[in-house]
Amino acid sequence: MSAASGARPSAASRAGRPRSNLRSRLFPGARASRPRPDSGRCYAITRCSIALALLGIALLAPLASAEVVHRERSLYQTILVVKQGRTLCLQFSLRRAQRNQSCLDERRPERMVLAYTRMMMAALLFGPAPQRILVVGVGGGTLPMALTAIYPEAQMDAVEIDPAVVKVAKRHFGFAESERLKVHVEDARVFTRRAVAAGRTYDLILLDAFGADYIPEHLMTREYLAETRALLTDDGALAANTFAISQLYDHESATYFDVFGPFFNLKLPSSGNRVILATKGRLPSLMTLNARAAELARSLAPYGIRIRDYPRRLKSEIDWAANTRVLTDQYAPANLLQAQ
Amino acid sequence: MSALIYCLAFVGGFVIMSLELLGGRVLAPYFGSSIHVWGSIITVFMASLALGYLAGGRWSLRSPSLPKFAGLLLIGAVLLYPLVYFSEPAMEWIFHAIEDPRYGSLTASMALFVLPTVMLGMISPYSVRLLVRTTEESGNVAGRLYFVSTAGSALGTLGTSFYFVLWWEINTILTLLTATLVLAGTTALVVARLRR
Repeated sequence: MSAASGARPSAASRAGRPRSNLRSRLFPGARASRPRPDSGRCYAITRCSIALALLGIALLAPLASAEVVHRERSLYQTILVVKQGRTLCLQFSLRRAQRNQSCLDERRPERMVLAYTRMMMAALLFGPAPQRILVVGVGGGTLPMALTAIYPEAQMDAVEIDPAVVKVAKRHFGFAESERLKVHVEDARVFTRRAVAAGRTYDLILLDAFGADYIPEHLMTREYLAETRALLTDDGALAANTFAISQLYDHESATYFDVFGPFFNLKLPSSGNRVILATKGRLPSLMTLNARAAELARSLAPYGIRIRDYPRRLKSEIDWAANTRVLTDQYAPANLLQAQ
Repeated sequence: MSALIYCLAFVGGFVIMSLELLGGRVLAPYFGSSIHVWGSIITVFMASLALGYLAGGRWSLRSPSLPKFAGLLLIGAVLLYPLVYFSEPAMEWIFHAIEDPRYGSLTASMALFVLPTVMLGMISPYSVRLLVRTTEESGNVAGRLYFVSTAGSALGTLGTSFYFVLWWEINTILTLLTATLVLAGTTALVVARLRR
């Protein structure tokens, strides 16, 4: 993060300049609309420039709170790093710019700003401290960095398809690879297949590969989940950040149920996300979860995670239509279903 | 008869692009959907079509006929249908044999799509041969053929990506494409028989 702070002001001013150009292009008439006699030209120019300056201030005021620190078109998406006050956020879309993928509070970098990242950590309720962790989808690196801090002994693999995302996470969000945290820039499906073939297993798997605009459909099928389940140790846990709305909710639920059997849904009133928590074995009882939450509470507090609140919010009821079609490699129109 | 040939060229274009679009879906479980996977598929389809055009033109030199033309579509169907059964084991094998996902996906695209696409690529030049009567009209005929076959391609792309994948499984779509080719080829054979 220290390396990034030096680069930020220049990047910000670079991002700011096209805006003012655009504005003067949008309002060229301000200067040309009223022809004046020569004697008045000087006066007119002064007045116009004052008017323009006022206009500029008026237009810039709402933008001043959120500045674009970095913008980049990668192979897969448009990557934006946006700064609002002391919070730095990663966004993958221009259209739905309000959808943050990852956020960093510069005053308290360990705090997990986004609710869904805190919800993902509920997977820790399932079992003992994880030794081997797999994170699919790096984003700003919030989850991998928190997990390396909480479990310094754990070995972690983080998979990300977009090399530009890894670069941005390193430059702006303090993400760092290490002996214990390996980044694999490749498609998660390919990584998973190779890991299964190599007989690797993980105690904790976090799936966070879905952006706001596009869903990698081959990462939302029965076959993919079965491969991922094969990577889990017997008492290992999986958390997936998934969709809370649209028709896709039912299809995704049915698919998880098909592969894992009963699973927990975690939803918070404050968050539009739904986190699925699943395991190979039986779901733990509320008593076990509460006991585990009490153990974890102190170590998770610095991250803003109120883990004691989570057990009673974990629901395993079937809240989707019973005849919902399971998504498979043969039938995976997730993006079309989400749009419906 | 010329209307029939235009129709068959339309079917050929439709099937080619529908197949290409499905190619991405077929490969994704093994090779992902990284940009190089689409690169592999498009490369293989373009190269196969290029070879098909060459072969179709050559073959049209040897006493061209409607039954032979029908044969292109029927053989295309025969080469297409095995994808339903053999694409998985083929990709499984290639996935383990080739570590690099770029060359893995390229090899898999070649193994799965070269044969049917070459065959379907032969349709266009062969159609030109059957339709052209005079040198003067040759450009016009070729233009119309490009029009119908490319329009077929456009519709095949749209139909597959907007609707078919929402309605049916990939193997069902592949079976329907095969059936379409068989139907088109058989129609041509029947018409050829009736005209004699």
